[in-house]
Amino acid sequence: MSLEFITKYLPLYEKAAWLTVRIGFAGVVLSIVIGLLCAAIQYYRIPVLSGLTAVYIELSRNTPLLVQLFFLYYGLPKIGVRTDAQVCGMAGLAFLGGSYMAEAFRSGLEAVEKIQMESAQSLGMNRYQTMRYVILPQAFSISVPAFVANVIFLLKETSVFSAISLMDLMFTAKDLIGLYYKMTESLFLLVVFYLIILLPVSILGAALERRVRYAGFGA
Amino acid sequence: MAGPLLQDVPGQDIACGQALLTMEHVTKRFEESLILDDISLTIQKGEVIVLVGSSGCGKSTMLRCINALEPIQGGIIRLGEEQIDPKSRGLTSIRQKIGMVFQSYELFPHMTVLDNILLAPMKVQKRKKADITEEAVILLERVGLKEKAGCFPRQLSGGQKQRVAIVRALCMHPELMLFDEVTAALDPEMVREVLDVILALAAQGRTMLIVTHEMQFARAVADRVLFLDKGKIIENAPPEEFFENPKTERAKQFLNTFSFETVKGKDKQGK
Repeated sequence: MSLEFITKYLPLYEKAAWLTVRIGFAGVVLSIVIGLLCAAIQYYRIPVLSGLTAVYIELSRNTPLLVQLFFLYYGLPKIGVRTDAQVCGMAGLAFLGGSYMAEAFRSGLEAVEKIQMESAQSLGMNRYQTMRYVILPQAFSISVPAFVANVIFLLKETSVFSAISLMDLMFTAKDLIGLYYKMTESLFLLVVFYLIILLPVSILGAALERRVRYAGFGA
Repeated sequence: MAGPLLQDVPGQDIACGQALLTMEHVTKRFEESLILDDISLTIQKGEVIVLVGSSGCGKSTMLRCINALEPIQGGIIRLGEEQIDPKSRGLTSIRQKIGMVFQSYELFPHMTVLDNILLAPMKVQKRKKADITEEAVILLERVGLKEKAGCFPRQLSGGQKQRVAIVRALCMHPELMLFDEVTAALDPEMVREVLDVILALAAQGRTMLIVTHEMQFARAVADRVLFLDKGKIIENAPPEEFFENPKTERAKQFLNTFSFETVKGKDKQGK
């Protein structure tokens, strides 16, 4: 393994890693927003919207991210919407992640028994207070393991961005292999950088799970 | 835990002879089946009413209707002058006046015992945290759970959870307390500690409507016993009268299921 090669191309990987992190986290944040909205719509069974949400969730979960990205990247310009690859990446990740997050949050909400709501109501709490202080904290702590798994899954999915010519980690590694045929070094750096990004997320996630399990969460 | 428990808790004036809860011709249906059939009932301030009957006869549903957790299809339920209606705007204010204790405790599992008690008085009644805490600690001490204030519900036994649930309801200063089979899920040894708390509340003159299968307890605590069968109140009498001389065959049958012929006695007869 050539140490010289590694030190030479380290900055290139660093740049690519930032791109991965930026788009990855933006995508995750958007997924959370979409997920919360969809979960709320389904929980309250809002007419029409809940039907649309169900269609979106099935569409999003049952098609590969790569296909979704191709639709955005090659399809949108055809109907006159111009976007750059970064926006496409974020949108694609949010489209995929939204449904995964929605399912995680919805299962959490539905796992809180109805009688807990009645217990809160019998103490005179209104709908908002019941949701805010009794249902959501419990639903959230039930959702956390699935939520953490989704975040890690989505960050890893960024590796397909190279297909729409985003210069992320995967793209950089493939590029270097193609140019210099330094397979070992390029892949080594790729693995190391993914671990640098994902290990902290994983550790934070585990800490969050412990916190909501043992210390409770909420009011 | 005997003695003057839970006295000087606000939320009630011991002025008997004034109707607190009235139900007039209340009907409740689940789809086709009739659960409550033309129920009329008045509970005076300070009265302790025990509701008995076989399972499925509508006892729990009646409590749930009183707390507007179930809509009714006919008749009217009033607390004082106010009508109880699941759709009314003033519902949350009426519910504050009615304390409810559930068979399955329903403490909030993500909060400590103290936070469980403080939540509604703070958020709903906007009372000062320090005041409620003081009151909560006094009440917890009286039910023997002062040192559990910082515990989570999962760290408590069933009987302890149920006593916390009672304190939580009391801290809202309700005018009427509803108990829905509160000892049905408890181990036999824990039943007593919960019933003692309810007895103490009765001694203090609280208005209560209690659903229970503990007949000894019913007899001790009740001013009046109501026997519900197929959604109708078919007996309404003081406990002595109900337990000694039930008027209906159905009530006799029901009470018989609680007594046993001894096997030894049968042996003797055989000889």
